[in-house]
Amino acid sequence: MRKVLYDRVIPVGTVLLAIIALWYAFAVILNAPFERDQAARANAEISTSQLIANTMRQERPVLPAPHQVAAEIRKTVFEISPTSKRSLVYHGWVTLSSTLLGFGLGTLLGILLAVAIVHSRTLDKSLMPWIITSQTVPILAIAPMIIVVLNAVNITGLLPKAMISTYLSFFPVAVGMVKGLRSPEIMHLDLMRTYNASKAQVFWKLRWPASMPYLFTSMKIAVAISLVGAIVGELPTGAVAGIGARLLAGSYYGQTVQIWAALIAAALMAAILVSLIGVIATFVNRRMGVRT
Amino acid sequence: MSVVTLRPKANSMPQAAKNVIDVKDLSLVFQTNDGAVNALSNIDLVVNAGEFVSFIGPSGCGKTTLLRVIADLEQPTSGSISVNGMTPSEARQKRAYGYVFQAAALYPWRTIGGNVSLPLEVMGIAREERKDRIARNLELVNLTGFEKKFPWQLSGGMQQRASIARALSFDPHLLLMDEPFGALDEIVRDHLNEELLKLWAKTQKTVVFVTHSIPEAVFLSTKIVVMSPRPGRIHEVIDCNLGSERTLDIRESPKFLEIAHRVREGLRHGHSYDEAHL
Repeated sequence: MRKVLYDRVIPVGTVLLAIIALWYAFAVILNAPFERDQAARANAEISTSQLIANTMRQERPVLPAPHQVAAEIRKTVFEISPTSKRSLVYHGWVTLSSTLLGFGLGTLLGILLAVAIVHSRTLDKSLMPWIITSQTVPILAIAPMIIVVLNAVNITGLLPKAMISTYLSFFPVAVGMVKGLRSPEIMHLDLMRTYNASKAQVFWKLRWPASMPYLFTSMKIAVAISLVGAIVGELPTGAVAGIGARLLAGSYYGQTVQIWAALIAAALMAAILVSLIGVIATFVNRRMGVRT
Repeated sequence: MSVVTLRPKANSMPQAAKNVIDVKDLSLVFQTNDGAVNALSNIDLVVNAGEFVSFIGPSGCGKTTLLRVIADLEQPTSGSISVNGMTPSEARQKRAYGYVFQAAALYPWRTIGGNVSLPLEVMGIAREERKDRIARNLELVNLTGFEKKFPWQLSGGMQQRASIARALSFDPHLLLMDEPFGALDEIVRDHLNEELLKLWAKTQKTVVFVTHSIPEAVFLSTKIVVMSPRPGRIHEVIDCNLGSERTLDIRESPKFLEIAHRVREGLRHGHSYDEAHL
């Protein structure tokens, strides 16, 4: 317990407090001009303490204060029914489902590509440059096209959004797994050769287990960018549903509090997904006898 | 070259494979960026069933390369070689030998039992039989009770013993060992040498053993192959039979010292101690 307190709670808590303090400071600085304007128009004097208090309770602040965002999240998560279109849980679930589908497909695709590349020199030479090139295309440019093209062939809803997550997430997994599947030492490979092991046996008994640390590291990156992909995929559909829709609608109507609430929700979701993979990795590591 | 069959065994080998290893005029040239390197040059060698043969020589004399050619891990450029009367490739496919590397090369994600089980799984041996063999071979190398431990929980000497158990688990007649104790301290090495000798007496295997330690070679071997570098070649083959009941004490005996002296002379005449080669 003491160890957890000193290793985790105190360092993380300190940084969190610093961020919140900075956030409040900037909320005051950025929202103050509006309050001064208001006061000037009303020809009224405004005291500094009054000014600071006012900057934290504007309806459409430039930067909402943390407690305003917290209140918005509490309202839209706990007070509104999850089936309502005004519920953050509803929008969060829409984004999460396409994130997970895209991430699952991306991981699978990444692993399959890596397996193919490791086992074929030709594919290594021909496929790898394209895989790298694929990521130099700005996702913001390609996302609307994927949505539009798939809509034209009557594929709508979850899948097009998930495809964008897949497009982003297969990359770290493919690159990580190529490295991971090639990580066994020569001696470990020679050993398999002395047993006259088949390629499949070398894969399942040596390459695959050796690649596990690489897999989990790249999956952590993949799941985080899958979420980004899902949000980006929600923008061109015209703000129907999802965290992305929340962001877009918020910016249409100048609802900064709503935007920030959606942003924080997305960040929390990413953090939870990444740490879930961390938990799975720890479990697998323990089974594989990794020294802790 | 003298071929002395020290411990002939009846019926333990197919007739054709009385010479477990037969190398004739074998050469191996590596093509490197700095040009061709003559790793092995005109090697002739016969290893009989039940022998314990050591390859000794300085770095670069090709002793490990020769062992790897026998194991079909390197391909010779010219000459012929047979293992159990077959080509090395056929012998490897028939799982004719167990190979022990310089490092234990245990798979870190497998327990000690799991590592011993690895070749058995590859060879498709049933689970019950595997359990039996794991227990039997771990007992053979005095590692009973460590089956569930992971490699990092064992000392270097114990890890290397586990790797020997792994090589023995599928019961090959031929054991190829590439400086298996080179990375261990001398006390552990002495101890493992004694154990290996007992193991050899018990299992009646043919052993080919690469080393750069003269006492180790003399203590263990029935035949010492002295090799010299640039190009890698056999300088001399020295028969060495200190009797079957050897203990470490034998290393102070006149006979041991005389053979050790001959090996050292052989290495010197093969220019192993020349400045240019160090």
